Amino acid sequence: MASPITPAIPSTASAHPTAKTVLLSIRNVAKTFGRNVVLRNVSLEIAEGEFLTILGESGSGKTTLLRVIAGFETATSGELWMGAERLDHQPPYRRRVNTVFQSYALFPHLTVEQNVAYGLRVAKRPASEITERVAEALDKVKMTAHAKAKPSKISGGQQQRVALARALINRPRLLLLDEPLSALDANLRRQMQVELKSLQREVGIAFVFVTHDQEEAMVMSDRIALLRSGELEQVAAPREIYSRPATAYAAQFIGHTNLLKGEVKDGVARCAMLAWPVSLPDGPALFSLRPEHVRLREDGANTESDHGATVHTQGRVLHRAFHGATELIRAECADGLVLVLRTASGGEGKNEFEIEFSPADAVPVRESAERN
Amino acid sequence: MFSRAYKTAVTVPPLVWVTVFLLTPYLLMFCYSFWSVSPAQAIVHSWNLDNYKELFQKTVYWQTLLRSMWIAARVMLLSLLLGYPLAYFVSFYAGKRKDLLYQMVIIPLWVSYLVRAYAWKTILGSDGVLNTLLQYAHLTRRPLDFLLYSPFAVVLTLTHIYTPFTFLPIYAALEHIPRNLVEASHDLGATPAQTFWKVIFPLSIPGVVAGATFAFVLSLGDFLAPLLLGGPSGIMISNIVVSLFGAAYNWPLGAAISLGMLVIVVSLLFLSEHLEKKWSFS
Repeated sequence: MASPITPAIPSTASAHPTAKTVLLSIRNVAKTFGRNVVLRNVSLEIAEGEFLTILGESGSGKTTLLRVIAGFETATSGELWMGAERLDHQPPYRRRVNTVFQSYALFPHLTVEQNVAYGLRVAKRPASEITERVAEALDKVKMTAHAKAKPSKISGGQQQRVALARALINRPRLLLLDEPLSALDANLRRQMQVELKSLQREVGIAFVFVTHDQEEAMVMSDRIALLRSGELEQVAAPREIYSRPATAYAAQFIGHTNLLKGEVKDGVARCAMLAWPVSLPDGPALFSLRPEHVRLREDGANTESDHGATVHTQGRVLHRAFHGATELIRAECADGLVLVLRTASGGEGKNEFEIEFSPADAVPVRESAERN
Repeated sequence: MFSRAYKTAVTVPPLVWVTVFLLTPYLLMFCYSFWSVSPAQAIVHSWNLDNYKELFQKTVYWQTLLRSMWIAARVMLLSLLLGYPLAYFVSFYAGKRKDLLYQMVIIPLWVSYLVRAYAWKTILGSDGVLNTLLQYAHLTRRPLDFLLYSPFAVVLTLTHIYTPFTFLPIYAALEHIPRNLVEASHDLGATPAQTFWKVIFPLSIPGVVAGATFAFVLSLGDFLAPLLLGGPSGIMISNIVVSLFGAAYNWPLGAAISLGMLVIVVSLLFLSEHLEKKWSFS
């Protein structure tokens, strides 16, 4: 087996894991249940040691994709390759892939210790090795004190840890996690996000993490694969997907955005009364403009940016939503266009002001195809 | 939440029913078991332990009891061996035909016990369906006479009648097993066989215990199957009780035997409840 050429470097990971060894290759996978098309033509490569998040709304097919990888569902068409090995021809119990289930799926009749030992027991490892590795795994997830407890006697967060230890004890090449944090309350959830991420770095195993929570995806992932109606919308590092969304859907699903529907002619984009230079061919165009890139222009201040001229217009406040450090303002511009902008909280509530943004921040995006 | 009158109206009728038709007869039986019968065939209301002594001293009673338990045990084992695989198949592999198969197991319960017992008589008799067929196929020359009027016939009939009773609790237990536990087991490398023995079977034990209890207790108290199909060698303890209360006119001894059986059955029910609790995790 080839080893990773470079270690996983979070946050700077590229959109394509070409720099690293490909661990799992998903090729043109489709899945239908009767007449219901759940996955269509999904191709994705997962690198050794990376943390990849499959992000999507409920019904987007993200859990089905995970189940296809684990082997609980058979793809209608397409292939899965792990190195030179065809994975989709093997039953789940032969795949070196382990899963952390959404509801943990701990065996209720076994103790914490026995649950963790399960994978080694069925593999008929020697007793001394089992004892040693179970102790080590429980220690890693800080559950040694509860080794003899039944799963029903421990909390949700603790069950989560046991499920992790149980899945990792077989030393899988790939760990699948199906919304493992969704049952936890907000505080514990944030704490587990950090723990999970550091555990992943420590063990160096590739994680495929399924979630519908874009914030969670941004915090944890090396790369995000955004799934919509069974098709990949964009696969990129969180920073890239945020600053360079490929489609209108990606821009809207990840963070807030203003979608500006405009027309390009002779290198100038026009949307309502706004106009700014672009290097795009003529024709209709769609732009994503993040609220934090729309600024209030203070009286008299010269805010001409480095890029040259900013686009500015007159705005009137429709609605203010306080978010702690920042607030979101919905403003109606002189020509009826509504823009959302994010500013630092605390300013006095002026109702009329001038707003501006840099042309470079209006990112051209593709129209998302209509699907059902 | 509910008015006092409502609670009274709801609880009193069943209480009266249970008292009149269950507790009072038990109490009467309890009293009878300490009384005796005079040579003139009258009940003597003098309290003594003679009936219980007779129960232990006369081998015919406790031997019949042991034989009844042995028949009940065989019925229990056979209906588990038939009911478990059936329930497992219907619950895990029947797919769209699940409801249909489930109904097919349940439907025989709607047919009268007597009809089913007589059906076996027709099948097993010396010129019955089975013997005719065997002779027609030249597999035997003369009718096989161990088929009917034997413990074999009783065990067979009771197994047929009580298998749905073992199927139902086992099926319910299997249906309650979250399927993601089965997936988790496969995910961790367990083969289907390992998954069955390490996850599915242990989690279905409450159903197995309940089903086994049904089959054993119901068979132990049965008197129709041995009466119709058992012959002299297939007599069970309930037949003795029936004759003691009938032709033999020895109600006190019959009551003593009945109470003895009651003690056995109630202990079994407690044991079964204990086992079910021990193995339930929900």
